[in-house]
Amino acid sequence: MNEKLEQIKAEALRQIEASDALEKLNEVKVNFLGKKGELTAVLKSMKDVAPEDRPKVGQLVNETREEIEKVLEASVKKMERAIRETRLKTEVIDVTLPAKKAKVGHRHPNTIALEEVERIFIGMGYEVVEGPDVEKDYYNFEALNIPADHPAKDEQDTFYITGDILLRTQTSSVQVHEMEKGKLPIRMIAPGRVFRSDEVDATHSPSFHQIEGLVIDKHITLADLKGTLAEFAKELFGEDTKVKFRPHHFPFTEPSAEMDVTCFKCGGKGCRFCKGEGWIEILGCGMVHPHVLEMSGIDPEQYTGFAFGVGLERIALLKYEIDDTRLLYENDIRFLKQF
Amino acid sequence: MNTALSWIKEYVPDLTCTDQEYMDAMTLSGTKVEGYSRLDKNLEKIVIGQIKKIEKHPDADKLIVCQVDIGSEVIQIVTGAPNVKEGDKVPVVLDGGKVAGGHDGGPLPEDGIAIKAGKLRGVPSNGMMCSIEELGSDRNFYPEAPENGIYIFGDDVQIGADAVEELGLRDTVFEYEVTSNRVDCYSVIGIAREVAATFKKPFIAPEVTVKGNNEKVEEYISVEVQDKELCPRYCARVCKNIKIAPSPKWMQRRLAASGIRPINNLVDITNYVMEEYGQPMHAFDLSTIAGNQIIVRRAKDGDVFRTLDGQERKLDSDVLMICDAEKEVGIAGIMGGENSMITDSVTTVLFEAAAFNGPNIRKSAKRLGLRTDASGKFEKGLDPHNAEEAINRACQLIEELGCGEVVSGMVDVHGEMKEKVVLPFEPAYYNNLLGTDVSEEEMLSIFKMIEVEYDAAKRTLTIPTFRQDILRQCDIAEEVARFYGYDKIPTTLPNGEATTGRLPFKLRVEQKARDIAEYCGFSQGMCYSFESPKVFDKQLLPADDEARKVVTIANPLGEDFSIMRTLPLNGMLTSLSTNYNRRNKDVRLYELGNVYLPKALPLTELPEERMQFTLGMYGEGDFFTMKGVIEEFFDSIGMKKKPTYDPNAGRPYLHPGRQANVSYEGTQIGYLGEVHPEVCDNYALKTRVYVAVLDIPAILPLATFDRKYEGIAKYPAVLRDISMVVPKKVMAGEIEAIIAQRGGKILEEYQLFDIYEGDQIKEGFKSMAYSITFRAKDKTLEEADVTAAMKKILNGLEGMGIELRS
Repeated sequence: MNEKLEQIKAEALRQIEASDALEKLNEVKVNFLGKKGELTAVLKSMKDVAPEDRPKVGQLVNETREEIEKVLEASVKKMERAIRETRLKTEVIDVTLPAKKAKVGHRHPNTIALEEVERIFIGMGYEVVEGPDVEKDYYNFEALNIPADHPAKDEQDTFYITGDILLRTQTSSVQVHEMEKGKLPIRMIAPGRVFRSDEVDATHSPSFHQIEGLVIDKHITLADLKGTLAEFAKELFGEDTKVKFRPHHFPFTEPSAEMDVTCFKCGGKGCRFCKGEGWIEILGCGMVHPHVLEMSGIDPEQYTGFAFGVGLERIALLKYEIDDTRLLYENDIRFLKQF
Repeated sequence: MNTALSWIKEYVPDLTCTDQEYMDAMTLSGTKVEGYSRLDKNLEKIVIGQIKKIEKHPDADKLIVCQVDIGSEVIQIVTGAPNVKEGDKVPVVLDGGKVAGGHDGGPLPEDGIAIKAGKLRGVPSNGMMCSIEELGSDRNFYPEAPENGIYIFGDDVQIGADAVEELGLRDTVFEYEVTSNRVDCYSVIGIAREVAATFKKPFIAPEVTVKGNNEKVEEYISVEVQDKELCPRYCARVCKNIKIAPSPKWMQRRLAASGIRPINNLVDITNYVMEEYGQPMHAFDLSTIAGNQIIVRRAKDGDVFRTLDGQERKLDSDVLMICDAEKEVGIAGIMGGENSMITDSVTTVLFEAAAFNGPNIRKSAKRLGLRTDASGKFEKGLDPHNAEEAINRACQLIEELGCGEVVSGMVDVHGEMKEKVVLPFEPAYYNNLLGTDVSEEEMLSIFKMIEVEYDAAKRTLTIPTFRQDILRQCDIAEEVARFYGYDKIPTTLPNGEATTGRLPFKLRVEQKARDIAEYCGFSQGMCYSFESPKVFDKQLLPADDEARKVVTIANPLGEDFSIMRTLPLNGMLTSLSTNYNRRNKDVRLYELGNVYLPKALPLTELPEERMQFTLGMYGEGDFFTMKGVIEEFFDSIGMKKKPTYDPNAGRPYLHPGRQANVSYEGTQIGYLGEVHPEVCDNYALKTRVYVAVLDIPAILPLATFDRKYEGIAKYPAVLRDISMVVPKKVMAGEIEAIIAQRGGKILEEYQLFDIYEGDQIKEGFKSMAYSITFRAKDKTLEEADVTAAMKKILNGLEGMGIELRS
């Protein structure tokens, strides 16, 4: 019996040794260890063995099985590894072949700039609010200290629907709506479309976008305005950006200023981009005129505030070096794809 | 406004700074300098020389050889200029020098033209005599210069002296951008005051004194102002024995630098005073004034008047006129009449300096289409006090220039003159508003510079009348800020009550719309809000369509921009057409923009503005691609239920068999479809185009960003496939509605996996196959549960004439 088992084992190991494929190893497994395999046959022949010898024989059979299994398993593993090695060697690709890109669309440069601005001011605790494009004269002009005879009201600049209803020329109108709500303090920005009666050319469009900002609280100062906008400029144009405030005039702010930022191309040394000046004009701002506060029911003795207005297209054009405003409204995919 | 620095320095004699320093400092104190140009740019080594001897050139008929004394030596210069003679004093550019331009007066080269000694037709020439054009100017500003020839100085100039200096070109002209509130700064004196305050140097105002003769002006003229509201002040003076002649060089030079062409002494004086004081003046020939009387009154509707430029002007009763006893002689503040204009034969002149109502002048000038230098100044609303000062200054110049004899006295008609504004001095307010700590002394020194008077006893500030912009304490604070220096104001951040930054729900939904559209390959476009009324025909809308009720712009840029859009498709189709025309392939665009729907016409209240999410595409993809995009969007904003699609959308601009209104929970939220081929033709799109329009306001109440985790199924699903032969007219939506209704709680999902029409299917039918998934949350489904549910579904389907295939 023992001899037979040794024989079986030797034969199995020989066959394993001779196997050159996983299928062959599997055959060996079936032939020797399977239900109809040789070892199973030995077990089946136990009935011919003397009962007292059976445990011993059984043990011998199991030991043989274990030995064969062990060798078989090792061989399978070895062979699998060899196969993988071969696969890895042959499966070489040209990684410089073209990528298969998902066809993703692109945001409009105006929106990219707008979302940047929104991100910065939301981070500073500002709420984004909206107001109507078609607006009452009162909100666009009168409540902003632009009386009936102000040249800015001239038909030259404003699109009128009726004597009293117009297309807003500035998002400053949203300031008034917000102040009238009577909820103080206010920290808001109001992005939106504005309209001016300008013929279309490389630098003008009868329809463009502004972002208005307004802060009303106790003890707001011109220094706060400077600090806030300096912070904004750094976030938008880079940490090294410097700002310069120049006195200016707007009817709804006093004192008023225009803010320049150091040219982000040359850093302020002067280049063709900034026409050699080193500075680029970016926005208008000022302390909310007390009369504007009064008209909206806010006591200027108790509250002060600042406001600013930025042209969105101006930022987009400057930031992305777009040389013609018309490109923003043509929607040529070759333009949009670049953003 | 352009002004030579030398003129400013007349009033601020102590000013010393470079051009760049001047520009920077003025801009920082609020008088923005747009730029400057040096008049002596590229003028190098140019002296005054005298021609001693002229000989013919031996080899050229058109050239002459001159011996020119330049003080230190006599040099030989060959020239072709026809106008010189022996004894003439001329500008001479020496060897190694430079001139600004060519003799033809063409555009000036950036680096000028270098002049070197050389030979002309074999004869040595050691320099060049210059024309005014070569010196960078022209005869408009130097009327005494000859046409096509060398500039010739008067006899009184020094040989060898700096010719550039002598011509008044050692100067810089600055261009200012004056803000509309600073009417006073539209004048040399106004800017000079700012210069003095900016550089902390004394301001020296011109001393105005008029001698006058022994006559009284009342003997010559009387003035009646009938409309005091439109004419708050009218000053008149008379000058007689006028001798018209060129004005002196210094006056010509200053006017030229300001861009005003010198004419003669009388005209130049009025222009000079207009620049100096910002006060336009008018001069009438007194002999043309009937009845020696001036009447200021409104025109009559329909009057026609010939202005001094020879044009007929149609007037109306809102136009203010200057009249004599019989007729109109000038349009107030805008332009004088041809009938009273000054000619060279004038002997007695009536000067007018007035203040008119600014807005009235602006509107009149606009209606008449006649905007002049004078109206441009008057429309800003001039200080009535300025008129007197200016008219006296003009008379002073008449006397000083020997232009005539000034009649004593002034006719001065005015209503009540505005009193000076007096404000309490509140240093704490200024510092609190500015966030500064400026001392009282510093503030007071600033006020002194800008002629704001301080009364220490009353602690009040009195504002000069020319500062019409200072009315409240905040205006004073701005003065403090300007001269303390905006750059010295600290930078701080507001430190009040904390506020929460946020993007409102609507804008968050719009942001999602952008994200999803872009994931799906759509790029964002932007279109105008206004368009042409023709777009409705292009989109095949019937004449009575609701969308044709539009908000119309009263003063549009043209018909193409005259109505506010009520449909978003024109912009989209136009943009797609632009791309198609430029051969861009597979274009997908989206837009988020408002449409404007009037509540009633004519408009009495604001129209409703509805944000539309519009998608459009051509090339790759079809109706169902578009449908997939909008469903992705719904999914992203928490609209997890199935939207329904009604093919009977009735939209004329879409393909009648390929359009649908989209509803969600019974609310219509938009539509999609293939664009009607005729509409495509109208937009020159020779391809199939698909669009979808979603109405954001309708979507907002249905959308949510709340999410709840429902657990991953623990129990196995049971799948059943059904295969059907369906009458063609039955839509998938109807079948799905049955499945959804009848599947019961255990219905998890259903999916159309095959649809087929053709050979093996009988006429009028299609084959459809669905895979239906059942699952229970709390147990493994038993066969009986699924069978029951399937039975219900199948019963329902059979009721629709659907045959089940085994």
